Amino acid sequence: MDIFIGAFRDGLTMLVSGATDVWSIVLVSIQVSGVAVLLALVLGIPIGFALGTKRFVGRRMMLIIANTGMGLPPVVVGLVVAMLLSRRGPFGKLELLYSQPAMVFAQLIIALPVVAAVSAAAVSAVPRELRLQARSLGASRLQEALMTLKEARMGLLAAVAAGFGSIISEVGAVTMVGGNLAGKTRVMTTAIVQYTRMGDYGPALALASLLMGMVLVVNILLTQVQQSAERYEK
Amino acid sequence: MKPASIAIQGIRKSFRGKRVVDVDRLEIRPGRTMALLGPSGSGKSTLLSIVGLLEKPDVGQVLLDGVAVTPHDIEARMSMAAAFQRPYLFKGTVSDNVAYGLRLRRVPSGRVAVLVSEGLERVGLPGWETRSALTLSGGEAQRVALARAMVLEPRVLLLDEPLASLDPLMKWRLARDFASIFRESPITIFYVTHDQDEALTVADDVAVMRDGSIVAQGCADDIFGLPADDWTAEFLGMEPPLQGIVRETEGGVAAIDCGGVTVYAVSRAQQGTEVLVGVRPEDVTIYAGTQELPPSSARNRLAGTVAEIEHAGSTFRVTLAAGTLRIAARVSRASVAELALVPGVAVTAAFKATAVRVRAIETGDTPGEYTCMSAPGTDITPPVDLQG
Repeated sequence: MDIFIGAFRDGLTMLVSGATDVWSIVLVSIQVSGVAVLLALVLGIPIGFALGTKRFVGRRMMLIIANTGMGLPPVVVGLVVAMLLSRRGPFGKLELLYSQPAMVFAQLIIALPVVAAVSAAAVSAVPRELRLQARSLGASRLQEALMTLKEARMGLLAAVAAGFGSIISEVGAVTMVGGNLAGKTRVMTTAIVQYTRMGDYGPALALASLLMGMVLVVNILLTQVQQSAERYEK
Repeated sequence: MKPASIAIQGIRKSFRGKRVVDVDRLEIRPGRTMALLGPSGSGKSTLLSIVGLLEKPDVGQVLLDGVAVTPHDIEARMSMAAAFQRPYLFKGTVSDNVAYGLRLRRVPSGRVAVLVSEGLERVGLPGWETRSALTLSGGEAQRVALARAMVLEPRVLLLDEPLASLDPLMKWRLARDFASIFRESPITIFYVTHDQDEALTVADDVAVMRDGSIVAQGCADDIFGLPADDWTAEFLGMEPPLQGIVRETEGGVAAIDCGGVTVYAVSRAQQGTEVLVGVRPEDVTIYAGTQELPPSSARNRLAGTVAEIEHAGSTFRVTLAAGTLRIAARVSRASVAELALVPGVAVTAAFKATAVRVRAIETGDTPGEYTCMSAPGTDITPPVDLQG
């Protein structure tokens, strides 16, 4: 147990002393995953709405892609994005490999199918007749869509939680496209891997605790929002 | 706001190659309640969706006050409101639901509160604003759905089987309430139902739909009194209309020869006119054949035999054969037992001349349309000189 006690003591000292590299790592993690999850929501919820409420050619195929995408291995995403952004790749001229935008892009690809598929399931549970009812009371297409999203809000909160969860703990893709560059593309998960490889367990455990804490706080917040929504519905 | 007239012309709608609506013309006059009657699957709800601008027809037009409108005409859609068979309520409070359409119309919040309160009072739910919409019973939810539509003061109100999912007690209570609310509201109402009693309770006019087409339309009294054809008669629980010729008229009463049996009707039909004749089963009283009939205003007294007795809910439908003429009567269980009615028993059917509906044959009108030849006001007791 000495190894844990020692690592815990070192990690705590590091956090309390305000070691700048730890907090910059946390900041990069929040920036990258925060932007990725926001983009995933902005794109994924409308896609999920269309999949859940509309009938169009290719819908079935898109649903299969979205559902399959929920189990997409991050390393495969990392590999494909790295190839796309590499010097020899189609987007090599953009010189984005080993940058935060590349990491956001990779995480977006991971989170998007999750958000779209969970949103589609949530909005498809809203009865078609309720949408018809809104229209019959004078709702425009946009107002009808907003009503549907409001009715499906519990499921949409689950989409947020699932999308965030799919990327905050992800390590494979961000390593491959971010490169784990200190102060630039190093995030909590890649830093934990690196410190562990070096046998530097103190900062690894400190970052692991912060990562766990972050996941916990986000889920507590989402649960609270869900509960207040439930109370509103009863 | 002034009630609107609604008309549809040449509407066709198909789903997956199957024609579900094929209606050449239907008109609802301003401020009238029209019931669209028909069996399940006859295309009633699709027609309502088209009239309510919720669905686009493949071809044809919906006219609001004579002007063609489409689902893209937001102003036309804003002048309508609907409630459906299942009262789909939004999550939230009763007030959130009733206020939904008002908020879409950007009504100031203070005014919304007043209108919601008035709307709930109108449907018998005063003070229910803060209740959760998801905890209401079926009848309560349907009232909220009606308030949600009525509070918008629409020019056209569309109701799709609004009572179909309720238990009988709640159904009739609400039907009566609806009828009284409709009478007080200057709204044009299109009311879809498969229940003729409900249609009779709430509607001024009736259209009957079969396999996507309108087979009859006109004032409720005429449609129910004289079915357009054999199918409509069966659907309405009546015998097919009788065919006859007016032999003579006197004091507004026509003597019509129906296959050797004379039927008296209050009618404007001229002597020699070939006519169709119908009588509602509930307007016919059955007496045991041998007994002397009590004095009554029923001018028509036809002697015959019981041809058929069928259960019809809480009553019996007794069909009497008098020569070639067949006429149905609705008889209570107690009367069937008291008169010992069984097929073959001799009986007398009595009904007033005012209860007889008459329509000229080959008037040149579109099939299924009614030229009412019964005297005006025949749904009320006529002056003494015209009585039975």
